[in-house]
Amino acid sequence: MTDFLKVDNISRIFGPNLTTGEKIAARLGGRVETRSVRAVSDVTLSVRKGETLGLVGESGCGKSTLGRVIAGILPPTSGTITIDGAPVMENGRKVTTRVQTVFQDPFASLDPRMKVGEAVSEGPIAHALTTKSEARSYVAHWFERVGLDPVWIDRYPHQFSGGQRQRIAIARALAMQPDVLICDEPVASLDVSIQAQIINLFLELTRDLDLTTVFISHDLSVVQHVSDRVAVMYLGRIVELGPVEQVFGNPAHPYTAALFSSVPKLVLDADVLVSFETIEGEVPSPLSPPSGCYYHPRCPLATQVCSATQPATQKVSDLRAAACHHFEGQLANAADG
Amino acid sequence: MTDPVLRVKNLTTHFFTRAGVVKAVDGVSFDLAKGEILGLVGESGSGKTVAGFSLLGLVDAPGRIVEGSVKLNGVELTTLSEAELRSRRGREISMIFQDPIATLNPMLTIGQQMKLAIDAHEQMSPRAAETRSTELLTQVGIPSASARLRAYPHEFSGGMRQRVAIAIALLHHPAVIVADEPTTALDVSIQAQILSQMRNLAQQTGTAMIWISHDLAVVSSLASKLAVMYAGRIVEQGQTATLLRDPRHPYTAGLIASLPAMTKPGTPLTQIPGTTPSLLSLPPGCPFAPRCDRATDRCGSEPDMTVQDSRGWRCFHPVGQSDTVRA
Repeated sequence: MTDFLKVDNISRIFGPNLTTGEKIAARLGGRVETRSVRAVSDVTLSVRKGETLGLVGESGCGKSTLGRVIAGILPPTSGTITIDGAPVMENGRKVTTRVQTVFQDPFASLDPRMKVGEAVSEGPIAHALTTKSEARSYVAHWFERVGLDPVWIDRYPHQFSGGQRQRIAIARALAMQPDVLICDEPVASLDVSIQAQIINLFLELTRDLDLTTVFISHDLSVVQHVSDRVAVMYLGRIVELGPVEQVFGNPAHPYTAALFSSVPKLVLDADVLVSFETIEGEVPSPLSPPSGCYYHPRCPLATQVCSATQPATQKVSDLRAAACHHFEGQLANAADG
Repeated sequence: MTDPVLRVKNLTTHFFTRAGVVKAVDGVSFDLAKGEILGLVGESGSGKTVAGFSLLGLVDAPGRIVEGSVKLNGVELTTLSEAELRSRRGREISMIFQDPIATLNPMLTIGQQMKLAIDAHEQMSPRAAETRSTELLTQVGIPSASARLRAYPHEFSGGMRQRVAIAIALLHHPAVIVADEPTTALDVSIQAQILSQMRNLAQQTGTAMIWISHDLAVVSSLASKLAVMYAGRIVEQGQTATLLRDPRHPYTAGLIASLPAMTKPGTPLTQIPGTTPSLLSLPPGCPFAPRCDRATDRCGSEPDMTVQDSRGWRCFHPVGQSDTVRA
């Protein structure tokens, strides 16, 4: 199997918004104190053709930024992204239509004053995937593909429910005939019963169209359901990567273990209430991350080396990697427990 | 069984809009015992938030409680004047809202806000108020609480702000707290911390809670009793474990079955077809019937609550014990 989507050493730093005074001072050679956030830090990963990679982490961990960089919406500060060997961006501009995005909020991602049919056909017409005269039947095809009635082409977004809008957003992404789909929390704003419908649609489409997908979500159960492999992010870094059942079943990174045990699970077989294993403290500010391993202030396994040295990504097994000095201890822990 | 602290009977709240009458809450009844946590579960538009607001008399025009009774420690709340309600809100019954940023005043320090909340119901010296505030902040897990009293809301993280909101709700040791999705905006690790603290607080202080949420898993780990709402009605209620293990209403069963954890990864999830109905134009009879695979002609009339073994459901064709969750 060859790697289809390759993300190489991607970093994205958000600099400060300098005031006019500071800009002048900087221009004149003065020293301006700059505070920048490394939203994504040296991320390397690859996704095979037809594979779904889940990207999980808490808010502020950089998962959406990474998604936007992969989608070519946001230029990386350093590093490259290629699809089937071809770069996504050149000189800070997106040069391919092979990657498309489905965003979290279908209320914000659709223009309220544009008919949904136009929203779906706009891109394909611009990129000559269809012509103006054939646009209607082209859109109708994609509407049917995502389970929408083609007679709704001339309606406006407000006439649709949240679930239907997300279908429109999916149709708009797919109408560009992408190879790679970035889904940024596509079901987070939907109700549980609607969530299941969209997840099913997603499973069906990625399989039928052989889409390579990056599925970003904070909801571990959704990620577990749709992904082949999963990457866990913490403060801009990938701390663990591997097949979803292995990573969630037997985490190699203490953060993955803690994250997974914080998720409330449906308790069916006990009358007693479960106790949570909670992670101590909060995610540190990315403006001033801790030294060494970013997770060490909250980590039960932390030792001196963790506060001193940032752990390199190490191979856990053939398919797995983790960035932790003590991943062996974590794995042994889980085996005991 | 002692008398419940809160007894809600046939609570009905309608909104009289130009487009018609929105029956947001339609005949909701439940009891809440001391220290008990009731999970009120439903999707958006099911009326769960309006039900919570109705309990505190916080429904504004064009909405109105048209029927029913809310008895808090034996006192009927629905007929009280606004002034009488005010004297009880925050003291006997208080609320925690979803968005802690909107709850707190950005211009006042946490200490000032807590002092205001104390002054609303009690005469207390500034020093005593500070001691009480510090105590409660510590109780909800805010480190170095007395120093934090001088901080402004923007100096707190989302999770910490929600803890402050919880501490304010607890200031007067109310009998009942209504919590409207208080952890929805928070990350899972922070949510887990708050959930376990709330459970302990309910046990220690004897405060009863109504925990409103769309997330079955959150509620199942916290509440001892559940009420599932659909289209303004409670369609099923009972002990959490019983109800989840052995749901009777097809909607409850569908909700549980549609969770990703209930299906083998990569395979299609069990889905409930269709969408939630508009509360403006509810179908006659059982509101779930158009989405229900068990519906028959009989469902054209509305089922009453069937009560059995301290649980209840509103369905003519309840899901049996043998086929609880159909995968």
